[in-house]
Amino acid sequence: MEYSAPPFFKTGPTALARLLIFAALSLAFLVTDSRFNFLESLRSIAAVAVYPLQRIAAAPAGIARRIGDFFTTHGSLREDNARLKRENFKNAALLLQLKGLQAEIRQLRELLAARERLDIELAAAEVLYAARDPFSRKLVIDRGSQQGVRPGQPVVDDRGLVGQVTRAYPWLAEVTLVTDKGQFVPVQNVRNGLRAVLSGTGSDGTLELRFIPLNADFRNGDELVTSGIDGVYPPGLPVARVAEIERSADQIFARITCAPLAGVANHTHLLVVSGSRELPPRPVDERKPARGKKPRKG
Amino acid sequence: MADTRIAPQEILLPVRAGFIALTLIAALMLNLLPWSGAWLWIKPDFVALVVLYWCIEQPRKVGFVSAWMMGLFMDVADGTLLGQHALAYSILAYASIVLHRRVRMFSGTPQVVHVLLLLLLNDLIVLAIRLVAGADFPGLRYFIGSFVAAALWLPLGALLKLLLRPRPDPYQI
Repeated sequence: MEYSAPPFFKTGPTALARLLIFAALSLAFLVTDSRFNFLESLRSIAAVAVYPLQRIAAAPAGIARRIGDFFTTHGSLREDNARLKRENFKNAALLLQLKGLQAEIRQLRELLAARERLDIELAAAEVLYAARDPFSRKLVIDRGSQQGVRPGQPVVDDRGLVGQVTRAYPWLAEVTLVTDKGQFVPVQNVRNGLRAVLSGTGSDGTLELRFIPLNADFRNGDELVTSGIDGVYPPGLPVARVAEIERSADQIFARITCAPLAGVANHTHLLVVSGSRELPPRPVDERKPARGKKPRKG
Repeated sequence: MADTRIAPQEILLPVRAGFIALTLIAALMLNLLPWSGAWLWIKPDFVALVVLYWCIEQPRKVGFVSAWMMGLFMDVADGTLLGQHALAYSILAYASIVLHRRVRMFSGTPQVVHVLLLLLLNDLIVLAIRLVAGADFPGLRYFIGSFVAAALWLPLGALLKLLLRPRPDPYQI
């Protein structure tokens, strides 16, 4: 070691060497995370480390909201109260009907020997922040796997489907909105029962029905609800309304743009739908050994 | 007459590692504030800005390890592919460590131009990774955040220098 630099000049590897090491490590992470599934444990460790910061960063908005609530006027409170009472009265009447209908459906299903369809539970969650990433539409909510949130669960608000839980950390969960590019929801037209797959476009407030033939019976204003045939979303959740249909003779498919019914971009509280639906077991492909389904990546 | 483009040198307190960590945590928290709508586009990447600042001012103390770790935290907080911010911040750290003497020679607008180019490089790396992963090009507004961050460069420098300026000791004779 007689030619090595004196200790005063020793600064470790050069910047370029360090860059190569860290870049290689990052690239390895990128490839592993996009192709395989075993970095999730590292991700959840880092998530626990960031968790206190996420809560603290979300606190000022919560305090501001609370202060705003404090200064609501007496008049608006009275107005709200009256409106809520009216709505409650209306909903109570509908609920009575619903109970009757549910009983009837159960009887009919028993007659048909069909399995029980669904058993929904709702859990309220607060939105902490929207992911900073301009490429995707994601939210972070304040309930995680410790509160029973699991990847794949649908998330709704009071008007319709908002998205789906794609990752659950111990105390937080990531929700991918229906408007995210690469988020698909199997839907059904309420008017005529036509099934289709609704896909997000990556921009707020627009959804798209792709590969629909020109002559398919969709009209402006048609309401689309989840069809439930995928086993992920319970059937009958309102999703979107058809906003614009473009049929041109030089294209094979119609361009159908829809608007989400739920306030996808602006909410502070959401409901996570949990509940087990008993589905028949998936048919096993005999050619390949059965493998676990890889969850979707953001 | 002295050339006004050359930055004046100032003797400041030695920077403690705790102070650097505190600024990085503060930057991470600013990134995690509930930004929404158009603010999401305007919002600068505070972490990139602070990492860049320390890599230029204290390249012996802040380097690849901190930049890479902050990148991982950003990836986890945003729920993006693990490693994309880590890679971008590593390259940002490299560029700023290589250029730190040059950037520190300048002051005012010429320095801001250097910073802007470095931040745009950071944006381009993230963009390239997203495009390879199959995202659509989000439009030129994607780069607005870097211009805002570059505009914040001088105020940030002034603030941190203010915190590090030696205070006169009241008990000194």
